[in-house]
Amino acid sequence: MNWTALIIFIAFFALVTVIGFYSARWRRGDLSHINEWGLAGRRFGTVITWFLVGGDLYTAYTFIAIPALLYGSGAIGFFGVPYTIVIYPFAFAVMPRLWSVARKHGYITASDFMKGRYQSGSLALAVAVTGIVATMPYIALQLVGIQVVLQAMGITGTGILADLPLIVAFAVLAAYTYTSGLRAPASIAIVKDLMIYITIIGILIVVPAKLGGFGHIFDTAKAARPATFMLGPKAFSAYGTLAFGSALALFLYPHAITGVFSSSSRGVIKRNAALLPAYSLLLAFITLLGYMAITAGIQTKDTSLVVPLLILKELPSWFAGFAFAAIAIGALVPAAIMSIAAANLFTRNIYKEYFRPGATSQEESKVAKLVSLVVKLGALFFIVVLPHSYAINLQLLGGVWILQTLPPVVFGLFTRWFHRWGLLAGWFAGMAIGTTMAILNQFKGSVYALHIGGSVIPAYAAVWALIGNLIVTVVVTLVLNAVKVSNGADQTAEADYRIDTATT
Amino acid sequence: MKVDRRPGRSKVWYVLLVIPFIGTMFPSFYSFDAPRLWGFPFFYWYQMLWVIISAVITFAVYLATREA
Repeated sequence: MNWTALIIFIAFFALVTVIGFYSARWRRGDLSHINEWGLAGRRFGTVITWFLVGGDLYTAYTFIAIPALLYGSGAIGFFGVPYTIVIYPFAFAVMPRLWSVARKHGYITASDFMKGRYQSGSLALAVAVTGIVATMPYIALQLVGIQVVLQAMGITGTGILADLPLIVAFAVLAAYTYTSGLRAPASIAIVKDLMIYITIIGILIVVPAKLGGFGHIFDTAKAARPATFMLGPKAFSAYGTLAFGSALALFLYPHAITGVFSSSSRGVIKRNAALLPAYSLLLAFITLLGYMAITAGIQTKDTSLVVPLLILKELPSWFAGFAFAAIAIGALVPAAIMSIAAANLFTRNIYKEYFRPGATSQEESKVAKLVSLVVKLGALFFIVVLPHSYAINLQLLGGVWILQTLPPVVFGLFTRWFHRWGLLAGWFAGMAIGTTMAILNQFKGSVYALHIGGSVIPAYAAVWALIGNLIVTVVVTLVLNAVKVSNGADQTAEADYRIDTATT
Repeated sequence: MKVDRRPGRSKVWYVLLVIPFIGTMFPSFYSFDAPRLWGFPFFYWYQMLWVIISAVITFAVYLATREA
């Protein structure tokens, strides 16, 4: 049991807990209204949004799983870097439009937008369900991040005792998310992101020098992983499509959209598209921890332990405690935002839509608070009771599924040419194709080798599914337009997609 | 609320946002070890450089398309 590390860990954990509860008073608003609880009143400026979205997108699971991938599978593990490079030009071009139309019409979810743009309950439901189902395993996996650092500090036991710290941590998270809504993870994100930057800069100052410099680190990794150190020709299409597909999908996740909707102006989103890449550089160095671990002689069959083991071996105990706290807190922020986003979706697009159309903003807020609690409990159950592979497989599918909401949500922002039933059919086709590919792969990976003509092309299953999705969407659109089936009423006007608030 | 009204000409700037995709989505062009920079193989430092390049491009497009 590493007592020094544990004490520092608990100290920082206690700090963010206090911050979480106090954040209810920050930028005061009536938290009994869903706009305030679920979107912090749409008042976050550039700096807060940078911390919030950064903390939201770069999760504990990212910090544990990506270096683990580099350690185990070599160069393909670096896909997180091109992935997080191309997200931002895409977000810059697309997200301000979504923000504007949401602001104008009071949308709190992408599903709201579907209803307003296409007057299609089915499309709205499809997008809502996809969003909820894709988010849940992601929350569960953040718990894995907390679990591995607890394990590394020597907190082990059997049965329920082993999971007690995790349960306590999550109970506390659930409590302050309930009271403060989105303000809680936003305020904690400031602490978390500062801690992560300090940790990585600290590691970069200490570890490469100890290990003999980056040149030596890469050489050792090359010697240990001769087949995978450099990307071979067979892996090119897999690498490119993994990055591309993941990038397009990221801002479709409910928690990313919640982050966008909580911004106070279009300018906040655009400026952050230029500023958030700082985290991508951070991610590049975090990924390389995988090779540093090889050089440091870390040997483990369970690759999720690579980063904690490296930290324990190369850093003094007090810094290890700080680093572990950063990772664990790094799980709390996205878990909170994801549960709020899923709650917003369920409350607005399922509860209010199908059960209580007359629900007031106050009632919505009450329901959302409860749902976010339930969602977190579900995630806890998943990780404590079921094997991790269940959550990992569902997360894999979740990434494939959420990309299928791109045609309705993103194309819908620019044009109404696509027919709503075409989009629904395309969505369904994409879901079916992607799920089938994952099953055929026996969930061993998200890259599917498709046989076309005489050649075999391995590519990210989500991208194959999206292609199928688009083909079906276009064909059905052409048919339905020819037969003159109605495309529903459009609540929005072109100018709505460009409105802005007074702040620049 | 004001409307973000951009003159038609400035929409061209958005095309620049495609450049980061071209630079990074085709690993066949950059999957090499040499030349190394500060110990980093080309494959790795090339992609890290593109983080900076695409942030600069995005910022340039932001400045160019801002309402005066």
